[in-house]
Amino acid sequence: MLRRKFLASLGAIGASFAALPAFALNESSASNLITRLVTDINKVIASGKSERSMYGDFERIFQRYSDTSYIAAYAMGVDARRASSAQKRAFSDAFQGYIAKKYGSRFREFIGGRLEVTGVKKVKKWYEVSCVAYLRGQSPFEVTFHVSNRSGKDLFFNMFIEGVNLLLTERTEIGAIIDRNGGDIDKMIADLRAMT
Amino acid sequence: MIALLKKSATALVLSTAVLTSACATQDPAAKAAGEIFDPYENTNRSVHQFNKGLDRYAFRPASKGYVAVVPPDMVTAFGNFAENLSKPGDAVNYLLQGNIKGAGQALGRFAVNTVLGIGGLGDPASDFKMAEARTDFGETLHVWGAGEGAYVELPAYGPSTTRDAVGIVVDFFTNPLSQLENNPAEDLQIPAEVVDQLGNRGTYSDTIDSILYESADSYAQGRQIYLQNRRFELGQEDAGSEIDPFELDTGGF
Repeated sequence: MLRRKFLASLGAIGASFAALPAFALNESSASNLITRLVTDINKVIASGKSERSMYGDFERIFQRYSDTSYIAAYAMGVDARRASSAQKRAFSDAFQGYIAKKYGSRFREFIGGRLEVTGVKKVKKWYEVSCVAYLRGQSPFEVTFHVSNRSGKDLFFNMFIEGVNLLLTERTEIGAIIDRNGGDIDKMIADLRAMT
Repeated sequence: MIALLKKSATALVLSTAVLTSACATQDPAAKAAGEIFDPYENTNRSVHQFNKGLDRYAFRPASKGYVAVVPPDMVTAFGNFAENLSKPGDAVNYLLQGNIKGAGQALGRFAVNTVLGIGGLGDPASDFKMAEARTDFGETLHVWGAGEGAYVELPAYGPSTTRDAVGIVVDFFTNPLSQLENNPAEDLQIPAEVVDQLGNRGTYSDTIDSILYESADSYAQGRQIYLQNRRFELGQEDAGSEIDPFELDTGGF
C-alpha cells in the first residue's frame, strides 16, 4: 500500500493555498509570494477558529495567491471547449469553494507544523519555488509551487507534493464527475456545489 | 504459518506479474507524452473493487480499532520496527544499483536504530539527521534501464506497475535477514509489515478515505497519484512539470 511519508504529505496537500503587485516576476518575488502564502496559511491554522469559518479563510487565500482561472480551466480540460461562458463562470466559482473545502478540511493535520521555502529557480517562463514541510511526528517532505505572471500578477498555478500535482489530480477528478453525469457540465457544477 | 503465507503471497504476486508482463507495450509517442499506460484497465478495476471491499469491511475497521486502542507513540514504534527490518534489503538493492553510498547509509541506519533504537523500535537515526536511504528492487530495475511497464492494481496490495510488481516479489529474497537460519526477524517481517500498514491506514485515515470513498473515480485517482509519486521517487521528470501556463485559453474562467 501507500507509504507513510507519502501519505503524510498528501494529508498536508492542504498546506498550500501571496499576491504581489504587478512587479516583474523574478526569483525573489516568486519566493516572496510563497513565503506570504505560507504565513497566511499558518495564521489561519493558529487562529483556532471553527472549521467552517476556516474554509472561508482558505477560499480567500486561494483566490488571493493562486491563478484561479488557470487552475479551473486546466481542471475542466477539453470539456471546456464546449462549455458556455455562463458555465465557465459558474464552474470557476463552484470549483474555488470545492478546493477550499477539500484541502481546507485537512489543515488540521498541519496544526503545529510549518512550511519552509528552501529554493527558487527559473523554468522556461515560470518559477519553481521549493519548500520543505515539517509536520509533527513525520519525516520532512518536499512541496513545490509553480509561479507565473501570466495573469498580469504573480500567482501560483500548480503545486506538487512529493511529485503529486494539483492540476493533474483535479483534472482527473473533474473529468470523473463529468463522466459520472453522462457528460452534463451543469450537473457536474451542481455536484461540486453540493460538496461545499 | 508465516512461511506459508509468505510463499502464497509470493506466488500470487508472481503470477500476477507474469500474467501482466507477458505482453503489451506502449506506443512510444504516448509514452513520451507521459500518458498513463493501462491496457489491463478492466481487470485492474475489478481488483480495485475487491481491494475497496477489503478495506471497507476489514482493513479500515481493523486500523481504526488499532489506532484507537494502541497509543500513537507505540504505533510509531511499530512502524519504525518494520522500516528498520527492511534496511538490509535496501542496502542490497543499493549495491545492485551500484550506489555504494546508499548501501552504506542503509546499513548505518540499520546499525544505529537496532543498537540505540532498541531493536529498531526507536528511530535515533532520523534524530541524527541520517539520510533516509529507502529503495526497492523496482528502483533497481529502473536503474538497470527497465521501463515502468503497464499500470497494475495488485490484490490486497494496491497500485503498482508491472516492473514494480516484479520488484515486490524479488524483494522477498533480497533481504539478507530472510536468508539467516533460526533468526527471529524472518518470522517477524510480514507481521511487522502488516502492523505497520494498519498503523498507516489508521493514522492517515482521512487522507485515504478521501481518495477511496470521496473521489468520483477512486480507481483513476489512485492510479494518477501512485504514478506521479512513483516517478518522483525515481527522480523521473513528470509530464506535470512541463505544464505551461501560457498555453491554455482561460477566457471565461
